Amino acid sequence: MMKTMKTIKFLTIVAIAGLTFNSCSSDDDAPVPVNEEEVITTVIASFTPQGGGTTVTLTSQDLDGDGPDAPIQAVSGPFVSGTVYNGSVQFLNELETPAEDITEEIEEEDDEHQVFFSVTGGVGTFAYTDSDADGNPLGLAFTFTTDDTAAVLNGIMTITLRHEPNKSAAGVSDGDITNAGGETDVEVSFDVTKN
Amino acid sequence: MKLFLVVMALMFSILGVSQECTFKFSGKVIDFHDRSVIVGATIYIQELEKYAVSDENGNFEISKLCTGTYTILFAHIGCENKEIKIDLKSDLKREVFLEHHIENLQNITITGEAPKQTKSGQETKISSETLEAYSSMSLGDALKEVTGVTSLSTGNTIVKPIINGMHSSRIIIMTNGVRLQDQDWGVEHAPNIDVNTAGAITVIKGSSALAYGGDAIAGVVSLKSQPFAKTDSLYGKTIISGQSNGRGGSVHTALAKTFKTGWFVAANGTLKRYGDFEAPDYNLTNTGLKSGAFSVQTGYNSFKQGFEVFYSYVDNEIGILRASHIGNINDLVNAINSQQPLVVNDFSYDINSPRQEIQHHLVKATAFKRLKGFGKIEVQYDYQNNQRFEYDVRIGDNRNNAAVDLNLQTHSILAELRKDSNLDRIYTFGLMGRYQNNFANPETGVRRLIPDYDKYDFGAFLTTEWKLIQGLIIDAGIRYDFNRIDAQKFYRTSRWTERGYNVDFADIVVDDLGTQLLTNPVFNYHNISASLGMSYDISTNQEWMANISMAKRAPNPSELFSDGLHHSAARIELGDLRIEQETSYRLSSTYIYSREKFKFMLELFFNHINDYVLIEPRGTEQTLRGAFPVWEYRQTNANLYGADITTNYNFYKGFNLINKTAFIKGYDLDANTALIDVPAIRTTNSVNYTNSEWNNFSSALTSELVFRQNEFPDNNFEQYIAARDEFVLVDVSTPPPAYHLLNWSNEIQFSLSPKTDLTLNLSVNNILNTNYRDYLNRLRYFADDLGRNIILQVKINY
Repeated sequence: MMKTMKTIKFLTIVAIAGLTFNSCSSDDDAPVPVNEEEVITTVIASFTPQGGGTTVTLTSQDLDGDGPDAPIQAVSGPFVSGTVYNGSVQFLNELETPAEDITEEIEEEDDEHQVFFSVTGGVGTFAYTDSDADGNPLGLAFTFTTDDTAAVLNGIMTITLRHEPNKSAAGVSDGDITNAGGETDVEVSFDVTKN
Repeated sequence: MKLFLVVMALMFSILGVSQECTFKFSGKVIDFHDRSVIVGATIYIQELEKYAVSDENGNFEISKLCTGTYTILFAHIGCENKEIKIDLKSDLKREVFLEHHIENLQNITITGEAPKQTKSGQETKISSETLEAYSSMSLGDALKEVTGVTSLSTGNTIVKPIINGMHSSRIIIMTNGVRLQDQDWGVEHAPNIDVNTAGAITVIKGSSALAYGGDAIAGVVSLKSQPFAKTDSLYGKTIISGQSNGRGGSVHTALAKTFKTGWFVAANGTLKRYGDFEAPDYNLTNTGLKSGAFSVQTGYNSFKQGFEVFYSYVDNEIGILRASHIGNINDLVNAINSQQPLVVNDFSYDINSPRQEIQHHLVKATAFKRLKGFGKIEVQYDYQNNQRFEYDVRIGDNRNNAAVDLNLQTHSILAELRKDSNLDRIYTFGLMGRYQNNFANPETGVRRLIPDYDKYDFGAFLTTEWKLIQGLIIDAGIRYDFNRIDAQKFYRTSRWTERGYNVDFADIVVDDLGTQLLTNPVFNYHNISASLGMSYDISTNQEWMANISMAKRAPNPSELFSDGLHHSAARIELGDLRIEQETSYRLSSTYIYSREKFKFMLELFFNHINDYVLIEPRGTEQTLRGAFPVWEYRQTNANLYGADITTNYNFYKGFNLINKTAFIKGYDLDANTALIDVPAIRTTNSVNYTNSEWNNFSSALTSELVFRQNEFPDNNFEQYIAARDEFVLVDVSTPPPAYHLLNWSNEIQFSLSPKTDLTLNLSVNNILNTNYRDYLNRLRYFADDLGRNIILQVKINY
């Protein structure tokens, strides 16, 4: 019986110790802020006319990431009819200083990524000019050939970066996103015009 | 010993109510195994509602009985109940043997002889025998045994209980007297409990069980380990299950050693391993599970005093359907339209991202002492450590880093004083103090979903039970809780402004980091809860219980602080610092009719909740990843009401027909619409056959019919899909169609030796391999639920 009493005493001490521990363990140290690492804040697509001319740059920047502010978009100027543009696309995290170039990570994991392009209204057509280690298109380099009639003057151009798409699905290597699957890392649309 | 005699005398004094009848029924209660006498067994005459308790020599005596035939029930903790019929014409003496065995403990609870937590509440017990069938599954699965309890799931391994339409923070889960603190606010956070550690589970609907907490608006789930008998004994059981779906299984072993002196020691372990589960038409890639659980417990129990130390550890690694990890609304539309998961790989045991890894430690020490002529005092201390990692599909160097890394530590101290010297007027008074710390590790490189916080809780309650006349008991209780949460949270400056916090909460900003603000929200909540009810025995086979209760619940960290993108759901979830407590008023009525061959229970409830907190879509936000639906917490007034009906009819020798039907409606009174996520009507019918002469053979064919939820708020929205150059309606609201499942279970028992039983169970779930999706499975947009599953279980009791 003495033994039991001792145990009860011990438990009471443990309990009280627990309570005291509570009152002193509250730490007032300020937590460390987290700056998101793999966030893409900026997409820059550059279109350089083959044979010279004015480069068209499309920029979409969203510095608050998943926050409430919508991306700010800029289109440097109109495309020119009947022109073949050499295109490239760059993804940045500008929350870091200096800005982190996410494009490099995409190149390192090229088999798991693909950039898709589309434009409405028949403003032009896209073709991939790069490929990943398996010989499938990646889409960081491409050409854009504008329509050569005056009938089409504007459209919506969409650039999509997919993570883990099914590159062997029908149409995917031709740039058709329909069967690509995977998940969207970037999807930006621009209002573009053509002279 | 003197005190024991006093209690005995009290027990007997209750019995002294009959007329001039003079016969005496007496005898001795003896343990079947070792022939030792059983002290404190209950001897209950059903017809007269008279009872006695066996004394220190196992003797009992009930006097002043009239001539007649009586059914006598003998019960003792740790023993199988025994019922005998006596024909009383003169004084009668009997020797009665009771048998204790680990799995027979539930027999007490089935017959309702064990003390209930509340007298007037809607309380259902699940026996350990029933629980054993769920040995390889989760707590959420097992709780569906109770009519009116359904589940909120994320795939088939993350299963949370829903009691009468509500879940998560509105349910208190008690494990061995400890309130589980495991980040229960998240809909994809399943309780970290191994169902095998429970000897029996009690579900109390509504907030009437104030001793557990004042905020259990939906109810309480209480898991208790087996009580230990005061005999020298070593016993245990092993359950091995294997199943076709998931191509895995589980092993569970429990061992207990008890001593005549009152000491006991027990240990318990479970291992589970599954690979990808399968829907009827495809593999559910990355849905495997790896789980381990372990617990030990030791202590000493005598009538006057006792103590117990308990430790348990649960480690879960849970894969989440790969196809459910999506990028933006566009991907969600693709997923909804495709009708098939977009990622289907060959079967594998690998658990890749997305996945969860959770470790939960729980330590408890408790001690009690009975005070002469007063009652019982009990103190308890418990500590819990919950570590949660969530791994997302990430790229680059962060590929193997967790996206969520939360550590939640909780210390609680409880003291309870029970005055039961007068059994007609029982009072219980309790005090609770709790400190909780949440630490969100910044090394994830992902903004914290839940901030660092310190939480302080204090509670005090008083409950009482009054036996007014024979068969009529009134219970009442009142509880006060104080909650204080002191958080340190970073807000994006843009979010801070968008929410209008710069106007309302400007004073809590601690530091301005340019794009982010460090804030220090501190909130205090005072909550009053109360309950009043009665239990009335209309006749020997009819019982009526009614209860009215009020409860207040303070908002949880998720409701206050959520602020970010959930990849698994492709939605931005926003909490609100302005959320206040919700207040529930619940009225319940239970009618029980029980005859030997026919049992019927009707549970009705009406629940009105002021400032009910719910999360619902509110438009979309555009980001570089595309558009996301925004799900925002808001408060409204709500009504929930329904009926749970349980019927058991023994229509022919050995054949039983069991029906369980749950019907519930929920309305948002402010928006004048149906509430979101209310379970549809569900009815389960089963035909059971048991024959004790064929080695306890039993077979059950069960049909489970779940209707389509036709009442739901329309939160659909239109979204421009660039790839198609058109606006598409995103249907996130429409519930899936009704479904019907057939399950079949067979069991047979062999006695290997006088003390060793072997039980074989072969079950087939979803026999017809039916394709179905459930409204309350969060992965219903992406894939069908489980296909056919054949389960073989071997159980050895020794």
